[in-house]
Amino acid sequence: MAVLGEEFTLCGLIASAGAGAGQGILGLEPGSDPDQVLLTDRGRTATLYKVSDQKPLGCWSVKQDQTITCPAVCNFETGEYIAVHDDKVLRIWKDEDVNLDKVFKATLTAEVYRIHSLPHTEPLVLFKGGAVQTLDALLAAPQQEIENVISDEVIRWSEAFMETQQPVLIFTTEKNGNYFVYVQKVNPNILHKYKLEQEESSHPLSFTAYTKNNILTLLCLYSNGCVYKILMSLQHSVPEEKQILSKSLLLKTVVSDTVLKGASLAILDKDHVAVLGCLDSPPNIAKECLSIWNTKFQTLQTSKELPQGTSGQLWCYGERFFLTHGKVLTVIVYKCETSSLAAAVGKLKDTQTTVSSYVNWNMLQEDDLGSPCAQQSVTAKTESKRTVSFRVIFFLSGFCIDSSQNDVEEELWQFLSNAQMSDFQATVGYIITGLVNRCKTEPTFYPRNCLVQLIQTQGLSYSLCPDLMAVALEKTDMHLLQLCLQQFPDVPEAVTCACLKAFLSINDDNLQGTNVNLDSVISYMDITLSDQVEKQSATVQNGFSSELMEEDSCDIQLTPKPHVVDNEELCPVGPQKAALLNAILYSAYSETFLLPHLKDLSAQQVILFLRYLQYLYIKCSEKVNMDFPGMLSPTINQIMDWMCLLLDAHFTVVVMLPEAKGLLFSLHKFVRAQVRFYSELNKIEGSLQELQRTKPQKDVGLYSIEMLELV
Amino acid sequence: MGEFQVHRVRFFAYVPAGIRCLAHSPRSGRLALARTDGALEVYNLAANYFQEKGIPGHETRTTEALCWAAGDRLFGAGLGGDISEYDLEKLRVKYSLDGFGGPIWSMAADPSGTQLAVGCEDGSVKLFQVLPDKIQFERSLDRQKGRIMSLSWHPSGTRIAVGSIDLLRVFDVKSGHAIQRILVDRRPQGLYSRECVVWSVAFLSDGTIVSSDSVGKVQFWDSEKGTLLETHPVSSSAVLCLAVSEEEDSIVVGTSEGAVYQFQLLPVKWGSAESKWVRTKPFQHHTHDVRAVAHSATALISGGLDAQLVIRPLMERMHGKGYDAALRKFTFPHRRLVSCARKDRLLLFQFPQHLELWRLGATNSAGKDGDILPVSRAPEHLLQLKSKGPEHICCSCISLCGSWIAYSTASRLHLHRVHLENGSVSVKRVSKVPKLLYSAHQLLFSADSTSLFVASDQGAVHVLKLLEPGDCGHLQTLRPNSGSAQAVYLLTASVDGDWLAAAGGDWEINVYSLRHFKPHCTVPAYNCAVTALAIHPVTNNLVITHSDQQVFEFSIPNREYTTWSRKVQQHGLHKGWLERDTPITHITFNPKQPAHILLHDTHMFCILDKSLPLPDDATPLMNQTTLKQLSEKARRSYAHAFKICKKYQPLLFVDLLEEGSLVVVERPLMDIKTQLPPPVQQKKFGT
Repeated sequence: MAVLGEEFTLCGLIASAGAGAGQGILGLEPGSDPDQVLLTDRGRTATLYKVSDQKPLGCWSVKQDQTITCPAVCNFETGEYIAVHDDKVLRIWKDEDVNLDKVFKATLTAEVYRIHSLPHTEPLVLFKGGAVQTLDALLAAPQQEIENVISDEVIRWSEAFMETQQPVLIFTTEKNGNYFVYVQKVNPNILHKYKLEQEESSHPLSFTAYTKNNILTLLCLYSNGCVYKILMSLQHSVPEEKQILSKSLLLKTVVSDTVLKGASLAILDKDHVAVLGCLDSPPNIAKECLSIWNTKFQTLQTSKELPQGTSGQLWCYGERFFLTHGKVLTVIVYKCETSSLAAAVGKLKDTQTTVSSYVNWNMLQEDDLGSPCAQQSVTAKTESKRTVSFRVIFFLSGFCIDSSQNDVEEELWQFLSNAQMSDFQATVGYIITGLVNRCKTEPTFYPRNCLVQLIQTQGLSYSLCPDLMAVALEKTDMHLLQLCLQQFPDVPEAVTCACLKAFLSINDDNLQGTNVNLDSVISYMDITLSDQVEKQSATVQNGFSSELMEEDSCDIQLTPKPHVVDNEELCPVGPQKAALLNAILYSAYSETFLLPHLKDLSAQQVILFLRYLQYLYIKCSEKVNMDFPGMLSPTINQIMDWMCLLLDAHFTVVVMLPEAKGLLFSLHKFVRAQVRFYSELNKIEGSLQELQRTKPQKDVGLYSIEMLELV
Repeated sequence: MGEFQVHRVRFFAYVPAGIRCLAHSPRSGRLALARTDGALEVYNLAANYFQEKGIPGHETRTTEALCWAAGDRLFGAGLGGDISEYDLEKLRVKYSLDGFGGPIWSMAADPSGTQLAVGCEDGSVKLFQVLPDKIQFERSLDRQKGRIMSLSWHPSGTRIAVGSIDLLRVFDVKSGHAIQRILVDRRPQGLYSRECVVWSVAFLSDGTIVSSDSVGKVQFWDSEKGTLLETHPVSSSAVLCLAVSEEEDSIVVGTSEGAVYQFQLLPVKWGSAESKWVRTKPFQHHTHDVRAVAHSATALISGGLDAQLVIRPLMERMHGKGYDAALRKFTFPHRRLVSCARKDRLLLFQFPQHLELWRLGATNSAGKDGDILPVSRAPEHLLQLKSKGPEHICCSCISLCGSWIAYSTASRLHLHRVHLENGSVSVKRVSKVPKLLYSAHQLLFSADSTSLFVASDQGAVHVLKLLEPGDCGHLQTLRPNSGSAQAVYLLTASVDGDWLAAAGGDWEINVYSLRHFKPHCTVPAYNCAVTALAIHPVTNNLVITHSDQQVFEFSIPNREYTTWSRKVQQHGLHKGWLERDTPITHITFNPKQPAHILLHDTHMFCILDKSLPLPDDATPLMNQTTLKQLSEKARRSYAHAFKICKKYQPLLFVDLLEEGSLVVVERPLMDIKTQLPPPVQQKKFGT
């Protein structure tokens, strides 16, 4: 995935004589150091810059009436600089030279187009007539006759490469709309001439090329926004007849109807190209932007708008773009990573970051902070992310290694109180994962309040911290489980069932002190009364199973009740437990996945749960709108669904159990009464519906006065 | 275009009488129909089944059988024991003759049309000779026991098959003896069995007798051997009637469950000479007994006690798509039963034996299209006029001012002076109505209520002068120059009192000048029945509609069709207009919009705007809903001459009152059904 990084200004551009701002600069060539560039403006000056420091190292100018006509280059062999002014005068100077008038001067017989400097070889001089000479050969006899290779053609672009230790120079020329490509090998001197396939509606705007395995690949950006790829073999040693080059479409950068203006093209690596250009689509305002394209998957990787306009020139040296933006020369750092399809379509981004950072946490727990792996991943991130990550790492290392529980709480509180970061959710996820991991390894460590606080940030889901609920189950932290069930949208059915099992099996007494949220029960249960009742039964009986036996005698007529409260209206569970069960009822589930786990419940648990559901059902039916008020109270549909599920899962068991008989009987009685009631309602609905249907017909009556308009 | 305050009237409690028998005359293309109240109607099958003629009913006359004989003479016989001949020119019973055999259940004319066979209650079959002006008793065949329910002549005219209770007989006409006696199966019911009434028989030329009986079977018998050939149980209740096509390859039967079945004689195998009768098509268009069926060349015609005449075309006998190719149902007469006094907003409803006068209600609010306005004053039933005597009313009219009511029975014309003064109604009968020679077939008051036009026999129109405070005298009798024999059944007069147009049974339209009391001109003959006439109040153009749905406009002053009418004929009317079901029965005009003609049939009313272009077949005829969605400007390009409203159905009458008010009289079929006796109980799936 290619990204554009930071951007900074290298220098301001002076609109010097004879060069408007729009025309940009004459050339930008790499200096002897990778961090240096040599800038030649369209006037008299060449300047050497240190890019990272954004400062000039040296500046050389020709005399007042002279202009530099060929960008200055650096001879990598000698460290000297070479430039041409007034087309024919060659100047060579060193760093320590100040005045160009006084440096070595050679006047040539033909006009120079460009000088190409390559490492480990002599610079090549390309004349406007198409001839190529090495610099040393030229300097040996400056006045030698330079033959004219190309007749009326004008050179548009040139580039030099080293291929198998041989310098190769390629240049393109234009004549009357026809474009020609020349490939010049210097040693031995072989020139190939090719003709570019002509395009009707568009013309080439920019060229760029690279060589690999004796194959020269020329990329050509046309004004219709298409990038074409032209392959040329460098193997031929004998000059051939003029050939016509066929091109293949590599990339289409713009939609149809838009015209690309003043564009240039740069190759970043084998799969990425950068296009700088001005898109001119008539209804919109022309806007200039720099974009990186993946040629393998034809996707736009990133782009940057350049609102102040550019000269359409783009250079790229050492993972930096150089371009004129407005009146300054701007440097933009870029990064290109190997392209994969996932990266190309932008899918890889998230997983990559999360996965890598997730891995880091685990590694951090074992290794120290400065492990190369962590560093690597961190450097891959952007600046802002880096700070966050570091904070989290620091933070987590404290959690995970040795902070006491109180320290952790305090730290977390501080962290949450000034948490304004963009990826807050992910960060909370990391933290909670770290905490849970420590809980698992360290049995005494259980930062309850921290976990509650983190869950209440509402940004979590089960999948972010899969072990949290298991830990809570292990610690029988009912409040936390309730919170999880209420907050997490994606609790697996197995976990839901495990929670249900835990809730059903826990003794009501043990729940007395816990701070379970009772919001979901207060709408239908008098908490104080129930508390009292529960206490009574708890003192009389020991444990819920015996309580069940007592409750089982639900036939009101036969057994005199010890309590004043009618059995049917008595909740079989305490309010805390009821609240917990409501959390279960409220959670999302899929029937198919839930049923097998539901079978794990013991018979006693089933009966208790069924009893509670029946209680809810009856309570619910008392209400006219069939639903309890309040946010988290279960709806009648949820109650019915769970009742059906429970009976489905345990039907045989329930039928066999003698203690369930009464329960089933009363349930059946109630359901039957409900069914009868609803069938009556059905009838009423039917007749009312009929009434409504016949109404519009009867509406007219025997006489009416109506308005009618005929148009 | 026009916004109307529509008075939607549904309190006209008209119930058409059930259909008792049908007689189809293939020669003249006419269908005679007798109703249970004794009324007779003649439909012209060629003229889109237009009800050409109507003879009002009679209390004591119940027609059980109808037959065409001796050309186009129509005979009827009923339970009164009389055989009558109908005068289809003067639209009344020509004469009656006692059969002296008790109630007559059946009658059939012999194939040559010279003899009538009558089946009587006393078990006798009597033969009557049809003479040019009368019928004469010839002889009786051997009298047997049991009433004769049905009879049918053999196409050779030598045999008569007779259906009675439990048995069939075959008589030899020459000798008068019964030569064959066939017992029909009774319906087993417990220990006893119920008698089997042979409701209908047909004698085919190959000697096969087809019978339909109360057991619900259609059976085929060999008349020579007296054996049963085929039996087809059709219904669990009675099969009441059957009719055979002329080619004897198709039979239609009607059951008391309202179903109609077709039987066809089809080869057993493809190309085989052996054929068999097969029950092919069932139709259920009636809710009640199908008492009569007829088989025309192209259609099955059935009529039942639910008063519907259903014409079901046989598609295999149709060539192309036309008016005849669609299913037709007629419930309402093609005559005007309502008349309107526009100024006082009075409606006069004509029932068989009484008239009702109603005053429309009023509203004092306004609204927009589709609104139902609150009724500030309810409609008022002002008057009920009972006709004395057994004769039914054949026509009625109220004057435009609402002060005169005239009605006529077959023998008498009645005229009443009505005084409406602040709520109280008083009626005075005009005693000295001139005794006219013949009955009135149509009545019309002049626009200024000074004269009454009485349409009569032989194309004559009598003009009676109305005198205040309640008197009248005969002024003139207008007769056509052509000397037509047919009765006039449509009248219209111009508002200025100068012109009167009358259409008679021979479809001739005569225009009379009322200033000179003499014929002015005759509208060029058009070969189709006239269904409605009206004279434009401003231009004195006569608008004529025909049963083939053509519309003509004839300029009376210029004695020629108007340019618009010529344009219509040249352009042709819209397909959708021509394929409509029922004829236009009333035309009226909007004096404020001279270019508008208001027409209506049973299923729609239409404002015909002459100023707009005529639609061609590509544009939809019914475009009101589309137009209403368009902007004012866009409407102009889409609008065409026919502005049709189908909101009110079925329509018996539409008229324009003053000030943009419209009165529509609807009679929902559902309301009629509730008045009918319960049909035969049938088990329906799902009930």
